[in-house]
Amino acid sequence: MQGAGPAVCLGNDIDTDLIIAGRYLRTKDRSVWAEHVFEDLDPTLAGRLPGSVIVAGRNMGCGSSREQAVIALREAGVVGVVAESFARIFFRNAINVGLPVIEARVPCTDGARVAFDLEEGWVEADGKRYPARPLSERMLAILRAGGLVDFWRASR
Amino acid sequence: MSTLSERILGAPAGAYVDRDVDLAFAHDGTGVLTREALHEMGVEQLPHPERLRLIFDHIVPANTGTTATLQAELRAYARVSGIPLSDVGEGICHQVMSEGLVRPGMIVVGADSHTCTAGAFGAFATGVGATDMAAIWASGGTWFRVPETIAVNLSGNLSGAAEPKDLALTYVARLGMEGATYRALEFVGEGVRGISMDGRLTLCNMAVETGAKTGMFYADDLTLRYLAGYGVKASSQVVEDCRYERTLDLDLDDIVPLVAVPHRVDTVLEAEEVAGTHLDQVFVGTCTNGRYEDLERFARIVRGKKVAVRTLVFPASRAVLSRAIERGILADIVNAGCAVGPPGCGPCLGAHAGVLGEGEVCLSTANRNFKNRMGVGGKIYLSSVATAAASALAGEIAVPEVA
Repeated sequence: MQGAGPAVCLGNDIDTDLIIAGRYLRTKDRSVWAEHVFEDLDPTLAGRLPGSVIVAGRNMGCGSSREQAVIALREAGVVGVVAESFARIFFRNAINVGLPVIEARVPCTDGARVAFDLEEGWVEADGKRYPARPLSERMLAILRAGGLVDFWRASR
Repeated sequence: MSTLSERILGAPAGAYVDRDVDLAFAHDGTGVLTREALHEMGVEQLPHPERLRLIFDHIVPANTGTTATLQAELRAYARVSGIPLSDVGEGICHQVMSEGLVRPGMIVVGADSHTCTAGAFGAFATGVGATDMAAIWASGGTWFRVPETIAVNLSGNLSGAAEPKDLALTYVARLGMEGATYRALEFVGEGVRGISMDGRLTLCNMAVETGAKTGMFYADDLTLRYLAGYGVKASSQVVEDCRYERTLDLDLDDIVPLVAVPHRVDTVLEAEEVAGTHLDQVFVGTCTNGRYEDLERFARIVRGKKVAVRTLVFPASRAVLSRAIERGILADIVNAGCAVGPPGCGPCLGAHAGVLGEGEVCLSTANRNFKNRMGVGGKIYLSSVATAAASALAGEIAVPEVA
């Protein structure tokens, strides 16, 4: 699993309320979540997400278990999320909806190219390669399938 | 010799295991996505509907036509699939689970981050997302990484106006918002004996605010007595000499009333330091502090007086509300000028029933004070019930008097 795109830099402890606010949860319309993603953090962020790689600090996606947060990022066109560490439910949710998550500590410059390879376990940022924490075989298999629903269907 | 997580999951820390789960629940928020995922997976029959629960608590009763329709769809799904439903008014999922469903040694998963609350019974209880829950409902189990454990070693007794919530804010501040990520917390030491089940539920509830997978107490005589009240027989659990990643020692005698200030739950000051802060609303309730003991403590402080600021009280469950009515404390709360809402999450997640306006400030007994969580431009301070009660009477943040 590889991916690349311009970086969108975020800080530490980005909670899922900031990714998608509670007031937008009551719908099945996924475009609503993509439209309002990061609205309370920075309303201009959503426009920069298509094709991007998010590079966050520690504890990315903390707080609520709302899967709408990872769906919002995927629907907004985010290619992958790199972070120094993740909140565990966000991490599992991302894999389950087929959004690559890469645990690595890398420098971030907004707009600079970031690339990653999950199988080989690295992230490239600012022209340098950094090691990433390997995913388990099952997590990789779920991601390769495009998420848990497709993984389930393929394995029946 | 194993930690409680290792014992229940049956493998050493760091191992990946597949396990059947004993209880798996979703609520009106996450259940919608779980239902959709099951549909996309093509799953018709669920192997063990009796182990599952749908609990309506996040927006109850429904606030808009859209919410009502989503809830109607879930209600219909519960009927055809055989999943027991706790409908509008029965209470917050974590409290409903705590009223005789969770037993020591169980593996419990919930599509809600505060599922760690049930660890208070000596269960391994953790939150998952909606799609994970769909696969769990369809297969009966899931994978876990057995967590390393941080011991929170308690000594002494809470004294003065301090209550378990102040202890919770203390350990969250000490560990930090990511201090226990991927790990379990175990509350151990002679200090646990003096903490009631309601207090233990409050303490385990906030484990996720440190990033922890779960927070746990070993089942003891107090746990067994509490469960016996619901007709549940269980066995106690013995602490073994095991390997903790680290130990956080806390002396309960040192705990004082605290307040978490906007917008981080680990930014905690003594109530005294923020006394006098203007308030527009006080909110008492939630899966952290909406239980009977909480309402009783609140009523004792406001009885015969009048609150000086808009004060909302949401009991955590119908059973809590019913008991509050029977014992007369609900009348004390209402007569003190509080607005009482239906059992459920209330405005905690900022979706309905008491959200904040631009620039408004709320003192809440909940567990999260993230930016804009209860409304755009609103500010949330978090405290114990006693601090909330004293502050409701004062109309500004106030230090509770020693009971």
